[in-house]
Amino acid sequence: MLNNAWLFPAIPALSFLLILFFGKRTPGKGAPIGIIALGSSFVLSIVAVVQWIQRVDDATGHSQGLRALGRGVFAGESSSHGEAVVTPVVHSFTWWQNAGISFGVGTRVDGLVVMMLFVVTLISLLVHVYSVAYMHNDIRYTHYYAMLSLFTASMLLLVVADNTLQLLVGWEGVGLCSFALIGHWWEEGVNSAAALKAFLTTRTGDIGLMIGIIIMFFAAGTFNITGTNVYALSKGADHTLLLAGATCLFIGVIGKSGQFPLHTWLPDAMAGPTPVSALIHAATMVVAGVFLAARMYPVFFKGFSIGAGGMNFMAITGGITIIIGAVLAFVQRDIKKVLAYSTISQIGYMVMALGVGAWTAAVFHLFTHAFFKALLFLGAGSVSHSGSHHSFDMKNDMGGLRKFMPVTFWTFMIGTAALCGIFPFAGFWSKDEILVTAGASGFDAFLVVGLIGAFLTAAYMTRCVYLTFFGEYRGHGHPHESEPLITVPLIVLACFSILAGLVNAAPLGVEKFKQWVEPTFVFPQLVHPEFDYPKAGLSLFIALLGIGIAAYFWFQKEELGPLKGLTQRNKAAHAGYTFLENKYYIDYLYEDVIVAGIKGPMARGAYWFNQNVIDKVVNAFGAGAVKLGRFTYNTIDQKGIDRAYDGVAEATGDAGGLLRYFQSGRVQRYALLLFGAVGILALALLIANS
Amino acid sequence: MALNNFLILSAFLFCTGIYGVLARKNAVLVLMSIELMLNAVNLNLVAFSAFNSPTQSVRQAASGQVFALFVITIAAAEVGVGLAIVLLIYRNSRTADLDQLDEMKG
Repeated sequence: MLNNAWLFPAIPALSFLLILFFGKRTPGKGAPIGIIALGSSFVLSIVAVVQWIQRVDDATGHSQGLRALGRGVFAGESSSHGEAVVTPVVHSFTWWQNAGISFGVGTRVDGLVVMMLFVVTLISLLVHVYSVAYMHNDIRYTHYYAMLSLFTASMLLLVVADNTLQLLVGWEGVGLCSFALIGHWWEEGVNSAAALKAFLTTRTGDIGLMIGIIIMFFAAGTFNITGTNVYALSKGADHTLLLAGATCLFIGVIGKSGQFPLHTWLPDAMAGPTPVSALIHAATMVVAGVFLAARMYPVFFKGFSIGAGGMNFMAITGGITIIIGAVLAFVQRDIKKVLAYSTISQIGYMVMALGVGAWTAAVFHLFTHAFFKALLFLGAGSVSHSGSHHSFDMKNDMGGLRKFMPVTFWTFMIGTAALCGIFPFAGFWSKDEILVTAGASGFDAFLVVGLIGAFLTAAYMTRCVYLTFFGEYRGHGHPHESEPLITVPLIVLACFSILAGLVNAAPLGVEKFKQWVEPTFVFPQLVHPEFDYPKAGLSLFIALLGIGIAAYFWFQKEELGPLKGLTQRNKAAHAGYTFLENKYYIDYLYEDVIVAGIKGPMARGAYWFNQNVIDKVVNAFGAGAVKLGRFTYNTIDQKGIDRAYDGVAEATGDAGGLLRYFQSGRVQRYALLLFGAVGILALALLIANS
Repeated sequence: MALNNFLILSAFLFCTGIYGVLARKNAVLVLMSIELMLNAVNLNLVAFSAFNSPTQSVRQAASGQVFALFVITIAAAEVGVGLAIVLLIYRNSRTADLDQLDEMKG
């Protein structure tokens, strides 16, 4: 499978076409086609995982000689460490050539890609199954499945791409599918506005990405990812170019992965169906930015001088995003928006981790986060599907649901524990690794930011769980447990949320994830600290503290006295609440200041141009055309053409008038003419012969 | 007997036919006049064939006679069709007078 990775995007693409053209006519309206395609993709991805693990084991077992080829040579550093080099499996061919530059297409499979293939196909498969129940009787059911397949195909194309242009194609493909699926219920204006906002906001970032790709092409002379990475690590690399390239590429990451300040589209994207939010806006598409940064890590590492240990754009953006996302999650009434801000905040962790050199921790967090955040979203979907009458409002339509929906409740609790970083759930291991590496690489400020983020995460998730599952039921429906098509994916994801962290559980002596996923070929030297019991204990303590305080606040409301209703009574607290309610006024900044500021003068300028330039030209054309028309009518048409036709008609009429005397209808007249003519001819013959 | 006698008789018959065709009003008489003209032609053919020159072969000598036989056959067919038309015309318009029939006027 490592050699035939093109199958991964090809199978869902085929499924997309089949569903689109034949979906409505087949039983199940297209859903079985998508499920079968994703099922086979998932099986193939397991094969790929097994093959990759074998490749790594083989290489570490007996190919010590290859070691010199690895990072040491390209980075100009000594290769004294004892790791063998595992080269990625690359298959590419030239698509077209122009002026000596060749544009390739191909696949490049390494540990990161195999991990992504596994995660994307698994979650996509579960979402396909889940949607059969969740989207039951939807008006655009078949179209929905077609778009899910197309999304998966684009995402897998992005993942296996071996050059930046192919990656860009997949990148835009997932953006398009995201747009289509957010606006799935476009009859409501809010939904189509959210789709447009998501599309345009990510497009803003994509301009940066495109410029970054172009800069890196001119720097490295190739679109090939390996080639670009080799260039970034070579001694002759131009640092200014790398800095510019990395910054522009990172703007693309900001747009796609919902980082501050382009995070505003992600909460609005919750207008789409919930399974879509789980697949696209939690587990896969939004981490495409993180994937890109991880994929071209040498460029970022050298461009932002991450190895040197200073502040950099990437780590600061990630750090800010952790805090602002987490704080906004407190004031949301919509359960999906809580999870959306949580996603923003968690991706902030990944970006910050990449920014402080914790590559493995970032990718590991991507891996675990995909499971527990997909679980939380699907859980929220289950709640709205069966518990709150298709509403996501926690305050008005939920509460006390743990009694009615035990499976959803327990799986949601597992997801929450994993997200909060409670031992031994998945999130604990990955989040802890980020914090430990940040501390060990000399980024203490970001360690603190990460700990604050952990506290806030634990607190807002406690609020969310309290509002949804505890207290009294406030809705008006008849809550009941969802059907197995919904609960089985929840249980599968819950298992992964418990167990996925154990593949890189450092204190237990397991570091398989690092061994299998972290590249050894063309990769910078990174710090890998030992597991740090005090820091791990501290982060666990802080998470528990967050849960404790929030639980005290929410569960013991009656005894709270002075704190209760604080935002209503205290002016400062109320101002803060309003500030958060309005999402830091960032949307107002974009819409009313930036957009309006550009829109007004531009509209006036366009109006002036319209009135004074375009209209005059158009008027001149009009006047000229009228004159020309008049001339044509009077001279050419009336005097020339009409006369000619009249003349022809008159001549025909006259000729007809003459000839009609001969057409008397009397046989004998005709005979007379006949014989007369013969007589005249005979006479002429006689005269001519004599 | 000289060839001229035959030719004069033939010309007389032909002119009688022409007169009949152009001057008679009754369609049946016009048809009969056409038969006269055809027979004048036949007479010409047979006469030219009989007064042959010594150099022509038997086949060439017989061709005039055969031609006349063909014309007679075709004249019979023609008069059959012609009489049928006249009959239909009479049935439709209760007259066989050619002066009254001018439906083909342009």
